[in-house]
Amino acid sequence: MSLADGAVISVLLITDEDVVRARKVVRDELAALKFSMIEQTKMVTAASELARNTLRYGGGGRAEIEHVTGNGKAGLRVSFIDDGPGIADHELALTDGWTSGGGMGLGLSGARRLSDEFELDSAPGKGTTVTIIKWKAF
Amino acid sequence: MERIPILRIGRLLLVTIQVDMHDRLAMTLQDDLTTRIVKDRATGVLIDISALDIVDSFIGRMISNTAAMARVLDARTVLVGMQPAVAITLVELGLTLEGVKTALNVERGLALLEREEE
Repeated sequence: MSLADGAVISVLLITDEDVVRARKVVRDELAALKFSMIEQTKMVTAASELARNTLRYGGGGRAEIEHVTGNGKAGLRVSFIDDGPGIADHELALTDGWTSGGGMGLGLSGARRLSDEFELDSAPGKGTTVTIIKWKAF
Repeated sequence: MERIPILRIGRLLLVTIQVDMHDRLAMTLQDDLTTRIVKDRATGVLIDISALDIVDSFIGRMISNTAAMARVLDARTVLVGMQPAVAITLVELGLTLEGVKTALNVERGLALLEREEE
């Protein structure tokens, strides 16, 4: 599968199997952009963490995947969007080991480490959108 | 319900994970392994992840938990075949698989478990 310019793939995140599907779509798009195995694995792992968060803490939502370009580089941007409770304390949520739900607390902070760009847009009652980007040199 | 098959070789249990597991399947595997350790009085568990191209924090925790439960039941766990990209990613993720020994492949994993026995 190859995304046309500006095209976005949307993956619903409602079930456990959807997380697996999201991983596969992200993997396929990274491979299409010819990212290295290591870069692919890091980004897919980040996507898996965030997709799971959307499911477990966001009450379900969706992932949006698209090709991007910037500064002469190609990249893949993935956003994880939910209408859940939202995150009040961003800094706490981004602390290694902190979890509100019995997990390992590495999802958000790990995704930030594994991607090149990371953005958290969330507030109580306003849902959560986490966006990650992986860039490659042309 | 789908399950990942667990093989028994003597007092050792062998699991080869060949599918991209969703969370429920991973939890089922954790429960199945623990049940089998007791039922078969296993002294060792070998988990082959050579086919996995991603191990995230949930799967990592499943593996650590399984090893911890095995330990409580006096069995040792060895993880084999971790792909290099997975190893690199786990370190960057900050995930330490505590209580889990690793080996390059099934053969060396079995040898490690046998050494542990003596």
